[in-house]
Amino acid sequence: MVNVIWFILLGAGIFTAALNGKIEVITTAALNSAKAAVNIGFELIGLMALWLGLLKIAEEAGFVNFVARIFKPLTGFLFPSIPKDHPAMGAIVMNLSANILGLGNAATPLGLKAMQEMQKLNQNNEEASEAMCTFLGLNTSCITLIPATIIGIRASAGSADPTEIVGTTIFTTAVGMLAAIVADRLLRNTYRKKKRW
Amino acid sequence: MWVLDVISRWAIPFLLFTIPLVGLFKGIRVYETFVTGAEQGFITAIKIIPFLVGMLTAIGVFRASGAMDYFVDFLSPLLQLLHFPPEILPLAIMRPLSGGGSLGIAAELIHTYGPDSFIGRLASTMQGSTDTTFYIITVYFGSVGIKKYRYAITLGLIADLTTLLAAIFITNLLFPS
Repeated sequence: MVNVIWFILLGAGIFTAALNGKIEVITTAALNSAKAAVNIGFELIGLMALWLGLLKIAEEAGFVNFVARIFKPLTGFLFPSIPKDHPAMGAIVMNLSANILGLGNAATPLGLKAMQEMQKLNQNNEEASEAMCTFLGLNTSCITLIPATIIGIRASAGSADPTEIVGTTIFTTAVGMLAAIVADRLLRNTYRKKKRW
Repeated sequence: MWVLDVISRWAIPFLLFTIPLVGLFKGIRVYETFVTGAEQGFITAIKIIPFLVGMLTAIGVFRASGAMDYFVDFLSPLLQLLHFPPEILPLAIMRPLSGGGSLGIAAELIHTYGPDSFIGRLASTMQGSTDTTFYIITVYFGSVGIKKYRYAITLGLIADLTTLLAAIFITNLLFPS
């Protein structure tokens, strides 16, 4: 699916630009985007190093295991394919907690750590495992308690009550997360059947 | 809300203090352990770059060419039938593709229509409610070298669509226009 989407984005873009007679836009956009992507990667280095360093201490001190144990019933239900005491569970819980608190920058390194742990359990190293799909579903639609950036923008635009959208955001993200959990189960079963036939 | 604000401001300093402290008590060489973990961060970040270049280039071309605007024009009559404000459509489409792009659109909507208007509140809720699906998928799978995404994109987009509908529903309910 990603191959088709990727090509459609590129193809539709180039086709549109050609029809409008401004094909040179494509070259600029492509080169600038590639440069921006590398910048994002470089910006991630510092963040990743900081959080993975801290996480390593937390791991050796038994902190990650402790957090994982508290959420065991929930994570056991969501990730049946991961053994209960696997380090992946700890990383998953830490990542989702960071997301819930709206700590986007801290969430990414923790999420990548969780992916590395899940990859160790994965049988096919090039294809996503079921646990990974569940994890990404939860990550893109996680309950958010504090949408900090948007509150800042509302305040700067002179809102009478910048935080009044916190309630709507909590409701919306809760519905989204629930939908992700249900859809994940359905897609997982459909995909399994498709593979068998 | 005040409590949430305090938690979000204190969470990171609290962790930066507590984790090394607990480590010291457990007799861990905290600095050396930190550096060992941090080393991993460099490698991971570099591994993601090719995936990001591929995805961001495709999205950049799609946006800059005007193809996205056509896509929005094409969909808007359909959405008006569903009582969906068409002004919000570019944001809905941009949200899963680009975090920076959608933040720009949301900020522009909030400034144009006012933060306390129906569209301003809806845009705020939408922007704060989902993460950038394509970015998350690219970065997370890229970091471990996974190229086949199984049903992850479908799952992410289903969640995005549900989130969008929930945002429209709750904004209508709490802040009727």
